[in-house]
Amino acid sequence: MAQITCKDLTLGYETGVVAEHISFSVEEGDYLCIVGENGSGKSTLMKTLLGLTPPLGGKIETGDGLRLTEIGYLPQQTVVQRDFPASVREIVQSGCQARKGLRPFYNKEEKRIAEEAMDRMGIRQFENHCYRELSGGQQQRVLLARALCATRKILLLDEPVSGLDPIASADMYQLIRELNREGITIIMISHDLGAAVQDANRVLHIGKNVFFGTRDEYLASSIGRYYMMAEEEKF
Amino acid sequence: MIQKLSLYLSYPFVRYALIVGVLIALCSSLLGVTLVLKRFSFIGDGLSHVAFGAMAIASVLKVTNTTVVILPVTMICAVLLLRTGQNTKIKGDAAIAMISVGALAFGYLLMHLFSTSSNLAGDVCSTLFGSTSFVTLTKKDVWLCVILSVIILAVFVFFYHKIFDVTFDENFARAVGTRADTYNLLIAVIIALIIVLALNLVGSLLISALVIFPALSAMRVFKSFRAVTICSAVLSVVCALTGILISIIAGTPVGATIVAVDVAAFGIFCLIGRG
Ligand SMILES: Nc1ncnc2c1ncn2[C@@H]1O[C@H](COP(=O)(O)OP(=O)(O)O)[C@@H](O)[C@H]1O
Ligand SMILES: [Mg+2]
Repeated sequence: MAQITCKDLTLGYETGVVAEHISFSVEEGDYLCIVGENGSGKSTLMKTLLGLTPPLGGKIETGDGLRLTEIGYLPQQTVVQRDFPASVREIVQSGCQARKGLRPFYNKEEKRIAEEAMDRMGIRQFENHCYRELSGGQQQRVLLARALCATRKILLLDEPVSGLDPIASADMYQLIRELNREGITIIMISHDLGAAVQDANRVLHIGKNVFFGTRDEYLASSIGRYYMMAEEEKF
Repeated sequence: MIQKLSLYLSYPFVRYALIVGVLIALCSSLLGVTLVLKRFSFIGDGLSHVAFGAMAIASVLKVTNTTVVILPVTMICAVLLLRTGQNTKIKGDAAIAMISVGALAFGYLLMHLFSTSSNLAGDVCSTLFGSTSFVTLTKKDVWLCVILSVIILAVFVFFYHKIFDVTFDENFARAVGTRADTYNLLIAVIIALIIVLALNLVGSLLISALVIFPALSAMRVFKSFRAVTICSAVLSVVCALTGILISIIAGTPVGATIVAVDVAAFGIFCLIGRG
């Protein structure tokens, strides 16, 4: 049984359909990379999986005992307002909000989970720093640590390296790869096709043509070859 | 001066004023950060005008305890404003502007048409800018204020982390199953409560200042949500006490004096934050 199965999804908003005929499934331990042009609906797909935007059609099923609230999420270009006063610890800890439920304060266990996540992401030394004063790469690590607090099963990452310099990007990919090796399912949207497809074992391409298959199938398919070529020409 | 002060402090109404002032200042500062960052500050502004309209209605109807009218009206409007802010065709900002200016005009019209008072301008002025003295505070007013403050404080402490969660990143909160709509509603209701509380102290036009200035000042200097929240609460109380004492000694209007002290504190915090 797959963790997430989507059948003929139609994505969009009240204003209209953004993408349709999307079918795919994710097994435990998979590393799925979602690619496609700007505006093709990648972020919308992620929001739909998370239940933030209702699907216009089709079905999303979860299996393997995965509940929809057990998903860790790293949003694209954090909507977090630029001047928000929050320390790294406060933000990472907020990843435990579902676990905490209605209890007014975090308990020892939740604090430990937050500390482990910070250690894991190498940001423990910044725990009392202000989020807005960190570099882009450090900020992404904070948000990844927060996502880790929310789940041990599956992470949804929306362009985790956008805006990062090449070294910070490579670090980020490395961290994600390690998490995947530990058994956490990864669903990642990426622009940086080459680097992303290197690690992924499955690819979902959305746009005019929808493709879903293993990485090798994608690289051999006409749509994949075309897209890879177009990407390379940019450089 | 000290003598004058201790003389004043021996009057019960001055002590009432200090108690009420401190409690209102404390409560109103708590949600400042959330209001500023969630772009809810317009809602605070709009609601205070709604409260003005409700107050006008109450005084026309000769209701003795105006809070009975103002509180439910303001709360309903808070909920309505939040809903319109989320979807529907009227944009949130426009809806707030419509309701707030409408309520202001309507309130003034009512007072003008029906007021039997010989000092209409004075009445309007005190509803907009707060009463010029505290002589009108009764023991009942003080108790109402104490009870409402305790409720607000308790709710805030209990939901402190949830308020942080939905303020910092509403999408993430929703994604992990936090009922963001419920908490937004809770925030709106607390705002309505605070506005009704503060209406007597600083008047409807100055409430936003009381809510927003301490938070803005604290954000200049402190870097974590908790530190900012604590600092703005302390700062707000200190400013309110200072303002009330100045107004007693100098005979200036209470609300305006408190806000002036808040503005001065903001200036100081800006300097500290830059240094
Ligand atoms: N909240 C929204 N309401 C209406 N349309 C939206 C909303 N968010 C995004 N869109 C539209 O949906 C389309 C897909 O957006 P998005 O999923 O962000 O694309 P991608 O992440 O692939 O670049 C875009 O045309 C965008 O304008
Ligand atoms: Mg996107």
